[in-house]
Amino acid sequence: MTRLLLHRLGGLLTTLFLSSVVIFGSLYLAPGSPENVIFGSRTPSAAARAAVRHRLHLDQPLPVRYWDWLTGVLHGDLGTSMVTGQPVADRVGSGLGTTLLLVLMTMVLVVLIGLAMGLTAALLPGRVDGAVNAATSVSVTVPSFVASALLISLFAVKLGWFPASGLGQGFGGKVDGLVLPAVALAILSCGFLARVTRNAVRDQLEREHVQTALVRGLPRRTVLRSHVLRNALPPIVTAVGLLTAGTFASTLVVESAFAVPGIGQLTIQSVAQKDFPVVQAVALLLVAAFVVCNAASDLIQAVVDPRLREAGSTS
Amino acid sequence: MNRTKKLWQRANTTLGRSGMLAGGFLLVVLLAAVLAPLVAPADPNQSSLLDSYAGPSGAHLLGADGIGRDLLSRLIFGARTSLLGPALVVGVSLLLGIPLALLASWYGGWVDGVIARVFDLVYALPGLLLAVLTVALFGPGLTPAVVALSIAYIPFLARIVRAAARQQRVSPYVDALAVQGFGVLRITVRHILRNIVPVVVGQAAIAFGYALLDLASLSYLGLAVQAPTPDWGVMVSDSDALLKGYWLQVLAPGVLIVLTVLALTVVGARISGEKPPGYLRRRRPAGAALKDRAENDRTPVGAAA
Repeated sequence: MTRLLLHRLGGLLTTLFLSSVVIFGSLYLAPGSPENVIFGSRTPSAAARAAVRHRLHLDQPLPVRYWDWLTGVLHGDLGTSMVTGQPVADRVGSGLGTTLLLVLMTMVLVVLIGLAMGLTAALLPGRVDGAVNAATSVSVTVPSFVASALLISLFAVKLGWFPASGLGQGFGGKVDGLVLPAVALAILSCGFLARVTRNAVRDQLEREHVQTALVRGLPRRTVLRSHVLRNALPPIVTAVGLLTAGTFASTLVVESAFAVPGIGQLTIQSVAQKDFPVVQAVALLLVAAFVVCNAASDLIQAVVDPRLREAGSTS
Repeated sequence: MNRTKKLWQRANTTLGRSGMLAGGFLLVVLLAAVLAPLVAPADPNQSSLLDSYAGPSGAHLLGADGIGRDLLSRLIFGARTSLLGPALVVGVSLLLGIPLALLASWYGGWVDGVIARVFDLVYALPGLLLAVLTVALFGPGLTPAVVALSIAYIPFLARIVRAAARQQRVSPYVDALAVQGFGVLRITVRHILRNIVPVVVGQAAIAFGYALLDLASLSYLGLAVQAPTPDWGVMVSDSDALLKGYWLQVLAPGVLIVLTVLALTVVGARISGEKPPGYLRRRRPAGAALKDRAENDRTPVGAAA
């Protein structure tokens, strides 16, 4: 177990390091100089330009700048926004809580509804199974922005139950404003989780050990809980991990659709404004979330399934 | 006559009823896109403020948008940009992915290992984020978005091709060919690749659907196709119409996106040989179920945003 933990941690840090190099290096290659954002449409004098370049450390070679940035990040200093002049950490920090709450609400919905649908389909073959299958086939193709448009037109504009954009005051207002975004994010993932659950459970139901347990006269409930569900859990855990990671990426779209002030909207805004320090920090954060989710699902998998505790067997 | 009949029968048996229906829908969309100037009732960019948010009528079959542009014509012309982007993405990633996958499956060992590690790294970055970063670098537009997504889709397609090719690699006919002295290139391209064509085509269709979703998301965010050009993703982003309660203008392109992607996944799954949904009802040996599960689990999640 410890070996597996170290193994995964090593892989996680390597991926993070490599992607930080890629992100920093690729923004360095961008056409046009970063300081132009500050000058806007004005043409600065050579001296002013040189001064700004010096202040932003743009006159130093790339490896030095990368090292400065990396040590800064490790000390919690993400740099300064070129557009607002605020520390990047402040801007990111104010959005992080909202995004995490949104992802949490989404995943609660996904796990509850997806598992319920998958189990129903697996345990009731025939018509119910067919209906759930048809529903999930459609829901895995509904992109989050179409779902957002649908939800806004129905629940915000027609019925007026929830706000169409932005968040209210306090925690209650926040949750209220995040309901529709969370549902929009959950639609696709629910369908996916339901399909994985159905296939995993159905696969176990056909196994001989389940048949044996039933023939021996064990109560159906016991068989379902400790013979079927326990063995069907690993693929479901993997799917939840993947879906959580995917949800972080999808917040880019949904937060923009509902004007939710989170990390996703911050990313799109700073991309449009070419605010590179913010883009770097947010991109790295999203990659970190993505990688951590995948690693976490592997570790939970090892907890659930003792056979996977040998190091490396999950990679 | 006899040949077309045979072709029809063959399509019928591989695709099944739902597959034929989906294929027919795709054909209609494709024809509409190709023949757009002929079939569209009006110029998609011709605006007339008198017709602002007009309802469906004889003049505008599906109504008009906020500045009076014909909705149906915009949908038909939008099919062009909406299908061209994903076609480029899938084409480029197949072009780069297939050789890498064949290389990895043939040589195995460290070649396979290195290629797999690189794929893992690309897989760690969600495609949508990669595309957003590329747009941050090169400015918004279809080209940077397509380039970024092509890179993001290489691992997905290459992994499937590698697995299928690996299965062929260990079968006796490959050894027989190698013993006869045929070269690597000939065996892999003319024999192995030909035998895995159904899997490649089917998965390419599924990847096409997900690329369509990703590109439409980017266009929706204003990062890929730009506003006056008709495009399904751009049309959904018309929040003005949405907030005023004109849902048809926003949801019609959305529904088209969903239907097209649904049809692509159905056709793709049938071509690559996945069983229709009801197949688990029949009793089968446990090993077969395991194999099917492995096949069904590979829908990409991060790809579809």
